[in-house]
Formats: sequence, structure tokens, C-alpha cells
Amino acid sequence: MSARIIKINGPVVVADNAESLKMNEMVKVGKNKLVGEVIGLDHGKATIQVYEETSGLKIYEEVEGTGRLLSVILGPGMIGNIYDGIQRPLSELEKVGGAFIPRGVEAFPLPKDAKWQVTFLKDVGDEVNEGEIYAEVQERGIVHKLMVPIGVSGKIAKKSDKEEFTIDDTLYVLEDGTKLGMYQIWPVRIPRPSIKKLPSKIPLITGQRVLDTFFPISKGGTAAIPGGFGTGKTILQHQLAKWADADIIVYIGCGERGNEMTEVLTEFPELMDPKTGKPLMDRTILIANTSNMPVSAREASIYTGITIAEYFRDMGYSVAIMADSTSRWAEALRELSGRLEEIPAEEGYPAYLSSRIAEFYERAGRVETLSGEEGSVTVIGAVSPPGGDFSEPVTTHTKRYVKCFWALDKSLAYSRHYPAINWNTSYSGYVEDLKDWYSENVNEKWYEYRGRAMELLAEDGKLQEIIKIMGEDVLPDMQKLVVGIARVIKVGLLQQNAYSEVDSFCPLDKQFEMLKIVVDFYDRARKFVEMNAALSEILKGSIISKLMRMKEDYKTAEDLKELEKEIEEHFKELEKVYKE
Amino acid sequence: MAVVEYTGISSLRGPLLVVEGVKGASYDELVEIVYSGKTRVGKVIMLEEGKAVVQVFEGTADLDLPDTKVRFLGKPLEIGLSSDMLGRVFDGLGRPRDGLGEIIAKEKRDINGSPMNPVARVYPRNFIQTGISAIDGMMTLIRGQKLPIFSGDGLPHNELAVQISRQATIKEGEFLVVFAAIGLRNTDAEYILNSFEETGAMKNIVAFLNLASDPVVERIATPRAALTTAEYFAFDLGYHVLVIMSDMTNYCEALREISNYRGEIPSRKGYPGYMYSDLATIYERAGIIKGKDGSVTQLPILTMPNDDITHPIPDLTGYITEGQIVLSRDLHMRGIYPPINVLSSLSRLMKDGIGKGYTREDHPHLSGQLFASYSRVQEVRALASIIGEEELTDVDKAYLKFGEDFERRFLSQGRDENRSIEETLDLAWDILRDLPEEELTRVSKEEIEKYMKKGKSE
Ligand SMILES: Nc1ncnc2c1ncn2[C@@H]1O[C@H](COP(=O)(O)OP(=O)(O)O)[C@@H](O)[C@H]1O
Ligand SMILES: [Mg+2]
Repeated sequence: MSARIIKINGPVVVADNAESLKMNEMVKVGKNKLVGEVIGLDHGKATIQVYEETSGLKIYEEVEGTGRLLSVILGPGMIGNIYDGIQRPLSELEKVGGAFIPRGVEAFPLPKDAKWQVTFLKDVGDEVNEGEIYAEVQERGIVHKLMVPIGVSGKIAKKSDKEEFTIDDTLYVLEDGTKLGMYQIWPVRIPRPSIKKLPSKIPLITGQRVLDTFFPISKGGTAAIPGGFGTGKTILQHQLAKWADADIIVYIGCGERGNEMTEVLTEFPELMDPKTGKPLMDRTILIANTSNMPVSAREASIYTGITIAEYFRDMGYSVAIMADSTSRWAEALRELSGRLEEIPAEEGYPAYLSSRIAEFYERAGRVETLSGEEGSVTVIGAVSPPGGDFSEPVTTHTKRYVKCFWALDKSLAYSRHYPAINWNTSYSGYVEDLKDWYSENVNEKWYEYRGRAMELLAEDGKLQEIIKIMGEDVLPDMQKLVVGIARVIKVGLLQQNAYSEVDSFCPLDKQFEMLKIVVDFYDRARKFVEMNAALSEILKGSIISKLMRMKEDYKTAEDLKELEKEIEEHFKELEKVYKE
Repeated sequence: MAVVEYTGISSLRGPLLVVEGVKGASYDELVEIVYSGKTRVGKVIMLEEGKAVVQVFEGTADLDLPDTKVRFLGKPLEIGLSSDMLGRVFDGLGRPRDGLGEIIAKEKRDINGSPMNPVARVYPRNFIQTGISAIDGMMTLIRGQKLPIFSGDGLPHNELAVQISRQATIKEGEFLVVFAAIGLRNTDAEYILNSFEETGAMKNIVAFLNLASDPVVERIATPRAALTTAEYFAFDLGYHVLVIMSDMTNYCEALREISNYRGEIPSRKGYPGYMYSDLATIYERAGIIKGKDGSVTQLPILTMPNDDITHPIPDLTGYITEGQIVLSRDLHMRGIYPPINVLSSLSRLMKDGIGKGYTREDHPHLSGQLFASYSRVQEVRALASIIGEEELTDVDKAYLKFGEDFERRFLSQGRDENRSIEETLDLAWDILRDLPEEELTRVSKEEIEKYMKKGKSE
């Protein structure tokens, strides 16, 4: 007798006669064969979360096992694609259901009719081991490396002599009969193995000054972007997806807006990757489980995304994954936990919230892969705290497991200071790790200058407290200078308009040049203040507004030399006046 | 599908009733409850072997256990649709309320709709001119957007909604308003309907009324019935539909009430943990679809309890919608209409729908400048209240003047005053003259030359 439904409560269904089902097995639920996963087994009863809308489902409809764990299918054809939370290609769903998502549709994640040119790397008689690369396929922007599945090894007995391959073809057959084909399957809830973790010494360059210069992240690092609604989480994630110097981007829209995914889909094919000159879509994989799609698939989407990221990491690539928003994923956990009548911990979240968050961020890292290459997965998760209050469970637990905390601030967003990253409450735990890299690749003074700018901001923070009560006029000139320069740092360096043609991406050498110009300006200005020169002369309106606009007015680091000359002139003029 | 009738109601609890001995019922299906000759409707919200929990839209008051019969209709709650709905008024479940007879439905649809496939969406970029400077200039409404009004009790949100829908103009296509009153007081609903009647706009409106005195649980269905209708007019008949839903706070209260009766573990302030997902199934029904002519634009209205924007209702709404128009009690008390707090307001879709080829080339920088300068005004005012205006620097004094002009000339406008986008932008340049040129760091030198200097000599 097969398993049958005896209870339906929203996305959670209970079946009896379920002895044959396994934990985390993927199942087909009911007449419509809705996709589900077994999440609990107890005395022959299975609790199942259904990844599709359950309306219309009836008691005693059947539940069919599939014999495999909730998994993703990994092979050529993923890049440039957009999937739902359980890796069904949305364009295939569109063919079946039109503009609205249909139910019970099976769709293979990789294009069945695409033809691939394969470069064989092994020959008959070669030994191959798990994780080893046996063939390569050129897929859009990258070389897609086909790897021996985990748990498989042996001697190659046969090699295909075809020239072109479709996704179902076999490339090699091992002596024991195992076939090596174009794709492999991996269960999403299990991290893919690697040899070892490597230290994080290389930055992920994002072209965003407040990140690269002030709060950098390393390749293989972890970051959280907490912020109330409208503070700029999504725009920042989009900026990272566009400009970060990773080989592959996996972008998960987890319980967020449909139009935001459409925006990426319309915009990315038109934008060029500054590193390769190819369309951004050629390195991007999208996973969209929007807020109105079934909540349990939202829970799965995070794992689907990170597994795909690990797969590309294993080929030796640097992968960056953005999850917008991890709070929606946590809420999905809460909702399902409630339906399961589990005992809640804080604010209705299940007690395992913290360990789930930890497991997710633990899957980040720079590693030595099984094939001996170096790959990385950088994880950047948005957090949406209710009421913008960072003391809530998802934010506090996330904070424990990430090394970068890019805190978005409502009052900065209200005053249209974007990105609204608060420089007092944000931090990066990678600054020391990356110091050497910046010193070798940007400038040996990077660390020092960065520190100086941070100090100025901190001092300004204290002075602002006084200004709020007594006005700026009560400050001595030396402190007014600090306030003035800090304002240049805030407006000129930290603010960066995502929609600016020139400034949306700022190269590292330009970032450093800008930083240097401002800090040097401060040092020279101090001397004149000491000589009692008039502050209004030192911080002349025309020169200050040039500093504030240098990001837009000068395209490259080279161009900024011109501004440096003008500043030189400015101080020479002053010198003439104040020499005696 | 055969209709099955049961008499075995075993318990009643708030709007929920439990029926025993049920066979073959399906999750979410529509149920009719018949008692002493009258009928109510409900839906199945949980099923177990031989048992169904039914949520009754009109409540369970004066039902009694032995006399009540329950019929399972084998289909979800549907609404009949037809172009004859134009100009008509329905109740919160989509039944005619104006005494003008039944609608002959061309089509019946499940009011829950289905999620739109992101691949099938068209990214919205077309500007809707509302004629209101604060909105057009600083939080531009885009066709296919969901842009709520966050208001408070006693603030003029209904007036604003009416003014927007009367003045809203789009470059091409037919325009239609679908109005959903959710737990609204009779006077408010009447005000809104009368305003449409007066301007002769009534033939271009479809109204769904669930008034304060109507059943609370029905409020769960009202916005969905309205949106199903809006989708029909937009995607089947090609209209540009503006959906006004007021008051979403009442909707959320109804959701909380049902959740309480179900004995669910509440999340913040007693609202259910799934309120975000539930609201998303309403708000995400705005948009444009590839290959279809029409669009659904949403203007939901909610009153923030205690004017608190961090309250779960505005908070979760803001996380889903594409921005928000926030009304301020302070501005209202000072007699400013519309009392829009521009700094906490936002239109997320504005960036791609303004500027050259959309509104005017200077619009993006100009709105950035207004935001930056007006936010500085707040700091200066705070300081002035401590050290006194006389002690301010000249630049700060200029900001005070700018703040006044911004609120009295730019923000304020008459309830019938309809400004074109050019008028709005020119007005913005005009008030920026209050500030020294060095302060205008968001606009370019060329823009200053072209729009500010030239304007002055004229
Ligand atoms: N770097 C930026 N440059 C320009 N505008 C920005 C930037 N970051 C955020 N914004 C503005 O803030 C709005 C809200 O940002 P968004 O990322 O959608 O917020 P969240 O995801 O936190 O709700 C955007 O629509 C945009 O107008
Ligand atoms: Mg967002």
C-alpha cells in the first residue's frame, strides 16, 4: 500500500503508510504530483513540506517517493538561467503556464536540446578519482569543467567518439560500468567536500568605495547587510552582483519582489563585466523565489543556491553568492516550524535557527578543491530586521557567524546618503588579512591612509554631538577643519550613486587616489590652521566642492592628477598670503 | 464535481467551525453554510481524516450546531468577471451590492490568483503624472508599481487617493480605477464614491465595499476579489488599472483575529508569522506582463497605529511594496496639504522612469538635490531650536528659508490643483534659488545654467 495523505495544513502535509519513505526524500504529492520533501518521520507517518500551493489537495490522495534526496542537477546550461527555489527553470514554467506559475510541472534544469563542444582530458586506461576534472565545455563566459562525482573512481574503459554532445550523453564509461556524463546530481542540504580551507588573503573587489576602501571582504569571506526597508540592501546586492570581480555570481531572490528579478533579467544582459568585457549575464545564475511564491520553496532556495555555488568553486573558480533576503528564509523556517507545532524559541523562531544560519555561512570559504585547484565561495546575505531593529534574532545570530557587517542606517537613507552604510556600526574582520594584498597591489600606504580616514570620521562623530547642541561656530578652527574634511569624506568618498554612469563602479587605484587626496589635503590644511589662516580661505567653496565631486568629474586615477595640481596651486596661493 | 452536504458540525470557535465525518473535501475549497434558510460562505483551512476546519467569511454569530448544514462546493472561492462590472458596486466577496442585478459572468476565476512568473513580467518604466509635485517630483509613481500611502487616523489620505486617481494621466491607453474598501467607515467610502460620481469618473470605476459594519473575516477576500477583477481588466481587456485599497490595516486586523482563533503562535504584536507572505500575495499582484497591453498599479492605503512606522503593518508592507508615501501629522497640523513627509517616502521604481525620454533630463539630479537640501533643513531647524535662529550662520539661515519655501510652495497645493511635471520641476529650481550655489552639489553646473539661471532672467 502506498503512502497517503491524512492531514493538510497549508504547505505541510502528513501521510501514513510511509514506511518506504526516507528523511529528506523528494516526493510527489497528490494527483497533481506537487513537489515535496519529507521533513519528519514518525511511526510510519511522514511529515512533508510541499513546495507548491496545496489548494485542491484531498485526504487519501497518494504520496509517491522518488528515491532521491532533494537535489540539484549540475552541468552545463545553468549560467544565464533563472530558476525557482527547487531549480525548475522559470522560462520552462512560462512555456507551460504562461504568465502565472503553474503547479505540478516537472522541468529538467538543464537545456535538453543544447549542443556542447567537449574537450576530453582523459583517455581509455586512465585512472580517475572523485572530484577530478575529466572534460571541459565552453559555456558562455567560462570553461565549465566536468568533474567525477563524489564516491566514484576507477579506470576508464570506454570513451565516446562523438564531436558534439547533448546533456544526456555519456562521455566515458569506467571498467565497473559507471558512466561519466555531462552532469551530476548533488543533495542540496549537504555541503560539497573539498580538501581543506585556505586562509582569506585576497579581496573580493566590488568597486564600491565604502566596501573596498573602508570595510573590505575577502574572496571566500562572509558578510551580512542588515537594514530596514528602503535602506538599500537590494541595490547594494545588485551592485555586488554587477561589479564584484568573481568568476561566477549566484543571486538568490529569496522571498523578495518579482520586479527586482525582472530588473536583473533585463539589465544584466546589457551590462559589461569590467574584467572580461562580456555581458554580465554570462557569469550569472539567478534563483527567484519571490515573496508570493510558496514559502517552503523559499526555504529550499538558499540551499539550491549555495550548492550551485560550491559546484563552480570545485572547478577552481571564485564564486560570490548573494541572498536577498536571509530573513525571509528564516521566516519560512518559522512558518514551517509553526505548522509542525514545534516549541518556539525567540519570537516564534525555532530553536535551530541559529545552527541553520551557522551552517549556511559555514559553506563559504576559500578552499583547495578535490582536483587540487583553488576556488572560493563568498557569501553575502541581506537581513531584513522587523522595524529596522538589529536586536532581533536573525540579525543577532547572523552577526555571530559573519566577519563583515555592513549595517545600513535608516537616517542615512532618509537623507539620501547612499550606500547608507553606517561607518560607526559597520566593521570588516578582514582588514588585517588583506593588508598585505593592498600593500602589494594598490599602495603600501593603503592601510595607513584608511586608518587616518577612519580616525577623522570617529573624531567627527564626537564633534557632531557638540554641534547638535551648540552649533558649529563654537568649535575652534582645528576642529572645524576636521568637521569640514569629514564632510568631504562622507559626501565625496563614502557616498556613491549606483545609477551614476561614471561612479557606479570605482576602480581600486582611483579609490586610493581619492583617499590620498583627501587625507593629504587635511594634513596640509592643518599647517595653515596652525598659522592662523582663515578657515574660509583654506576650505574655499570652490575647492571643497571639487573634492566632493571628484568621483564624478574625474574618470580615472590618472585624471585625478589634474585635481592634485589644482590643490597644489590652492595651497601655493595660501602660502603667498600667509608667509608672514 | 458533486456537491456534498454535511450536518455534523462539532464545534464553533470565532469564525471557525469544525465539521466531522467529511469525505473527499479538498484544501482551500469553498463551503456554503446553510442555516434557517440563509447562506454564508467559508473555505477549508485544514483537513484531517474525516474532519475539516472551515473559516466562515461572514462569521459564525447565531449559527447553532444541530441546525446548520455545510456544503462543500468542490472549487475555490471564485468571482464572476465581465466588462459589465464597470460602474458597479459589489460587496467584499464580489456580490452586487448596488441593487442593479447580477452580472452575467464571462469568466470565473479563483480570487487567490497565482504568482506571476518573474520571467513573464515587464520591468515597469512608464511615468504616471499625478499632478502632485511632491509625488511626481520626488517619489514618482510608475505604471505597474505598488506604492502605498502610510497614513494615520484623521490624516487626509482618502482626499489624496481621490486626487491622485482623478488627476492621474498616462500617455496612452484606457484608464480604470478599482476601489476596494476594507472595513472602511461608511462616510469614508461614501466620500470616495461621491468624489468619483461628481467628476463623472464613476463609469470608470469598479468598487468592492466591505464596510466597518460588515463581517470582519470577509476582509480577507475583499482585496483579492478586487485584484482578480483588476487583473481581468488589465490583462484580458487591456486597461491600465489603478487599484486603491483602503484600509490595509483593517485587513491585517482580520488576519490577526483569525490567527488567534486558530491558536497559532503569534509573531510581533500578535500578528501571525506568515503576515509577510500573506500580504505579498496581495501586493505582488501589481505589474505588467509581456505581450499584454494593460497594467495593474496599486495604491494601498494603511493607517499606522499610533503613527508608528515600525509597527508590523507598515513595516511588512514597506518590505514588500515598491516604496511608500508617508503622511505626516506635523505637516498636517501646520495646514500643509498634501502633508507628505518626503524624507521617509520613497519610490523604488522612480530611477528608471524619470529623466531624459521619460520626464525631463534634469529630474534625477534635481530630485536628489531636493532630498539632500531638505534633509539638511531638518538639521538646521533642530539646531535653531536650541541656539536660536539669530545665531545661525548665513548658509544655515538660507536653509531655513529654503525649508519654508519647500513646504509652502512646492509641497503645498490645492486639492484640485493639477501641476504638470514641467511646472513641478521648474518650481523646484525656483525654490533652490534660496541656497548659495556652492550648496548645490547634486546638480551639475550645466543644469544650473540651463534651468536655474535662465529661468531667473525670464
Ligand atoms: N547606492 C545607491 N545609489 C543610489 N540610490 C540608492 C543606492 N542605494 C539605495 N538607493 C535608493 O534606495 C532605494 C531603496 O533601496 P533598496 O536596495 O531597494 O532597499 P531595501 O532592499 O533595503 O529595501 C532605491 O530604490 C534607491 O532609490
Ligand atoms: Mg530589498
